[in-house]
Order: sequence, then C-alpha cells, then structure tokens
Amino acid sequence: MSHWVIAPIILPAMLAAIIVLVARYHKVVQRTLSVSGLVALLGIATSLAWRAADGTVTIYQLGAWQAPFGIVLVADRLSTYMVLLTAILALLVSLYAIGSGWDRRGRHFHALFQFQIMGITGAFLTGDIFNLFVFFEVLLIASYGLVIHSGGAVRLRAGTQYVLYNLLGSTLFLFALGTLYAETGTLNMADLAQRVAMIDPAQSAAIRVAAVLLLLVFAVKAALVPLHFWLPSAYAEAPGPVAALFAIMTKVGAYAIIRVYTLIFPPSLSLTEGLHGTWLLPLALVSLALGMIGVLAAKRLDRLVAFSVVGSMGMVMTAIAMMTEDGMTAALYYIAHSTFATAALFLLVDLIQRGRRSHGTRLEAAPPMVGGPLIAGMFFVAAIGMTGLPPLSGFLGKLLILDAGFASPLIAWIWAAVLGSSLIAVLGFARAGSTVFWKSGEVARGLPEASEPADESPPPVLALAAVGSFVGLLALHTVFAGPITSYLGATSEQLFAPEPYISTVLETPGKEISYDGGEGDH
Amino acid sequence: MEMLVASAVGVLTTVGIYLVLRLRTFPVIVGVSLLTYAVNVFLFASGRLAVNHPPILRDEALSYTDPLPQALVLTAIVISFGMTAVVVVVALGAYLGNDNDLVNDPDNPEDAISKEPEA
Repeated sequence: MSHWVIAPIILPAMLAAIIVLVARYHKVVQRTLSVSGLVALLGIATSLAWRAADGTVTIYQLGAWQAPFGIVLVADRLSTYMVLLTAILALLVSLYAIGSGWDRRGRHFHALFQFQIMGITGAFLTGDIFNLFVFFEVLLIASYGLVIHSGGAVRLRAGTQYVLYNLLGSTLFLFALGTLYAETGTLNMADLAQRVAMIDPAQSAAIRVAAVLLLLVFAVKAALVPLHFWLPSAYAEAPGPVAALFAIMTKVGAYAIIRVYTLIFPPSLSLTEGLHGTWLLPLALVSLALGMIGVLAAKRLDRLVAFSVVGSMGMVMTAIAMMTEDGMTAALYYIAHSTFATAALFLLVDLIQRGRRSHGTRLEAAPPMVGGPLIAGMFFVAAIGMTGLPPLSGFLGKLLILDAGFASPLIAWIWAAVLGSSLIAVLGFARAGSTVFWKSGEVARGLPEASEPADESPPPVLALAAVGSFVGLLALHTVFAGPITSYLGATSEQLFAPEPYISTVLETPGKEISYDGGEGDH
Repeated sequence: MEMLVASAVGVLTTVGIYLVLRLRTFPVIVGVSLLTYAVNVFLFASGRLAVNHPPILRDEALSYTDPLPQALVLTAIVISFGMTAVVVVVALGAYLGNDNDLVNDPDNPEDAISKEPEA
C-alpha cells in the first residue's frame, strides 16, 4: 500500500502544527516552511495525478482496516486533478501573500493557510462521507480564521455572517448523514453506492430526503442561488489572497456534487431520477444569470468579482447538472479556468485597492496609480477570461458547455442563459475597467491636488509575478485545451462507470475486525 | 421512547430555526447551538434506539446497540463545540467594532466604511 495518497493531507497538517508551535515569531521561517511545503505538495500532487492518469484507482486504508469498516482515501482521476489544482493555486497565492505583505498583518496566516489546504485536499481525497464532513469542518474552521485575518469592523461583521451561515450548513450536513446512515447502515461512499441501489422503491422516502438534503448542503458550499447569500460579503471583505484561495472552496462543493451524484445517486438510479434535471439545472441557470447581473449592479470592484464567482459557479453547475459525459468534461475544464480567473481577479483587486488608497475598491475615477498600465493590462486579460470572450479558456469552456447542452431538453434556456449572462458580464467588467483605469487620466488633469496622495511605491514584484502566473496559466489552459479536455473526457468516463472505483475500495484486502484485536476509533 | 426522542429533536429544531431567523447575534448563536443539540440527538437515533444494550462485543451479551452513531455524535459534539466558540469570539469582535450586534449588513455598506466611531 502506497503511503503517498495521504501525503497531501499529512504534509500541510504537520507544517501547520510546526509553524504554530516553533515558528510563531519568525516570519522568515514561516514563509520558508510554508512555501517549501507547498512546492513539495505540488510535486506530490503531480505524481499522484500522473499515476491516476491511466485510470488506476489507488486507495489508502487508514490503519489498514478493511474498507467499509475503516476510513479509506481514494485517488482516482477526479480527486488527483482537484488536488493538483489546489496545489497550483495555493503555491501562487502564498507567494502573493508574501510579496504583498498580507501575511505580516497577523501572526497565524501561514498556519491557517496550511490547515485550509489540508481540509481541501482531504475533502477531495476521502472515500468516506462522514470523513468528508470532517474535512469540510477543517477547511471551514481555517477559513473562519483567514476571512477575518488582520481584523477590522466590517470584516468581522462579514466574518460573523459567513461563520453562522456555514454552521447552519454543517448542521444540515449532519442531518443528511444521519438519515443516510439510518437507511443504509454505512458511510463509505462505495458501499453506499451498492446499498442505495438495493433499496426498495416503495420504502425510499427517507433516502430521497437524504439525497435532497445532501444536494442542499453542497449547494450552500457551491454558492448556488438561492443559497449564495454568504458569498458576496465574505469574499469581498476577506483579504485579497484569502479570497483568491477561496476560489477553490466553491469548487469543493461542486466536487462533492459530482462525486455523490455520480457514485451514490447516479443519474440512472430510479429513486432520485429527475433531481438534476428538475432542480439543479434551473437553479444553476438562475445563479448564472443572477451572478452576472450582480456584476453589472456592483458598486465596488471586490463585490463585482465576488458576484462573478456566483455566476461562474452557475456556469459550472449548469454543465454538471446535465449529468452527461460531455457536460462533465466541460464542467471540469471550466472549474480549472474559473479557479485561475477568479484568483487572478481577486489579487488584482487587492493591488488596485493598495494603489488607490482612499478610493479603495469603489467604482469611481481616482488619480492614476503607480504600475497602473501593467495592472490594467492584466485586469483586461483576466476579465476576458472570466467573461468568456475569445481567445481565452473561458470562451472554450463556454463552447464546450453550449455543445454539451444539445443533449438537454432545456437547450434553449441553457443557450439563452450562457450567452445572455456573458453579454451582461462583459458590460459589467468593461464599465468597471474603464472607470477604474481609463478615467484616472481625466481625474489627474481635473484635480491636480488629490485629497490624499496615492501610494507612490510600485507594487511588489513578487505579487505582480504571482498574478502574472495566473494570467499565464489561463493562457496555458487555452493553448493545451486539446490534451486537457481529452484527459478530462477520460475522467468523466471514469465517473460514469464507477464499478472499478467500487470494487477497488471494497475488495482490497485489509485488516478484518477480529474479536480480541479490535479497537475503536472515531 | 421513539415519540420522546422524535419530539425532542422536533422541538429543538423548531426553536433553533426560530432563533436563527432573529436579527441579533446572541439569539442566532443560541439558535445554532440548539440546532446542533437537535442534530446530535438525531444522529444518536440514526443507529436505532436500543435501551440497555452494550455497544461493544461481550461474551454474555445477546444483543447490541450500534456503536458507530455514538462515535459520530462524539465527533459532531467536539466540532460543534469548537465552532460555537469561534462564532462567539468573532461575533464579539464584530459587536465591539461596529457598536451593534446586528447580523445583517447595514442598509448602505458605504456608511459603515466611512463611519468614524463617535464618543
């Protein structure tokens, strides 16, 4: 049994503990440990993805216990892809946090950051649904600390809302898990898949309730309308690098929906038939529309980007809700694109806020800032990516989604929502960009003496390089779209044929529970 | 027995949801705590209610109660306890910083940003 599968969870967990205990007062040590850990994580994630690329499902039995009794971690194509995405994002975001000095504004930034990574990778790798809940809590409690990093009254209020909303989500998750366990007597996802398929349709009321409750929980995480209220305030008020890291958090919800509704409640299951088509798809289309209308209506740049997250999650969920292989491929392609574009935009907003000082993120003309042309150029590219204009990957992702839409009965609605929302988003971003960047020249001429001098120091090189890398990743995601989509096509093929996953998890031998040697854990 | 546990879960959930819909942090936090109590009892019952049966293997035992929900509840209690502590601290910070304990955003967020604390 290879122990590498658990490394993406163990490594950040140990690093976080070491950073808290040993390096609390040593910024340089913290930074070195954090960045070298994330580089190692990137290496491990790449090798795991490489190993899963040929379709092998690797499992890791914790404590070597046989599957339904012990907790397992499962590394298949989807899990390793998401872990790799997390590792790339985390490394660049932590470089930005170091470059911009955000990590100096509180003592525990790097420790919380590592715990957050541990929760995210754990949620992607686990094969046990209660363990998924535990990793959700790990990533949430770290995010509570990060969202209020460096404090401030407004940020604390947004933090309170965020924590309360997610506490309610966790409670709902537990209700769903209790129902699931009461009906099936297991919490292992592969075992659940087998047992749910055996349930008598005449006595399926409780299991259908559990399926809908779980969908609600994951929809909260994925910020699907009408459960998205926590997102705009929390993301807009969170520090820039934290908001950029949170780009992957909504994707955790999307991942959980993909996993649970292809494995445990697959579209072919008669019990939950129509759940995706009747509920998920219309709600996804509404999220898409509402998110992009929010982009147009926003009065502040950070809220504008936060609403574009809601919109792009709507796009991802639209593709997922089709529950076809093509749709899933498009969703997975768009997930990576939207993660990079969101991260780039939040980091750029942070640079803009830094450069404009008192004008902050309000959408109003301000005197030009130092390094403005470069930031404006990158904002332009990232906005093209986010709104899905050619030539970047957002455009390709939307084409894939539109193409996959032909199989859906709601094809007209899908095309209308995707194309209409893109137009609205283009308007919103164009208005924001021209106000923030183009009108700054007029302000400089009209008001020679600004009320407060702008920050004269140029933006830190490391921070700019991190943002530039995200923009570069968008370009790479476009250039290598062919190989990436064929890999993701294989991934969704694996998702819709889960038998190897189930048999690997349940048939790999491990320690059985013996009468005298057994010991409990929780 | 079933009736008692079911109505306990029901009453706790009802009161919890009512309190969560209030506007101020204190009742909302109490409401969230009540909801977590409700879910703990609910989880406990998900392994079927069996009175006076041991949860661990014994030679003389004829029947067992399911031990797994007890482990799940233990995990859930620890997590919800920690989370409640976090939310109390964050809410206190927000209360001290904003001079009020409203959960919702102020009607005009711009006012909140520019507002200076007054004596």
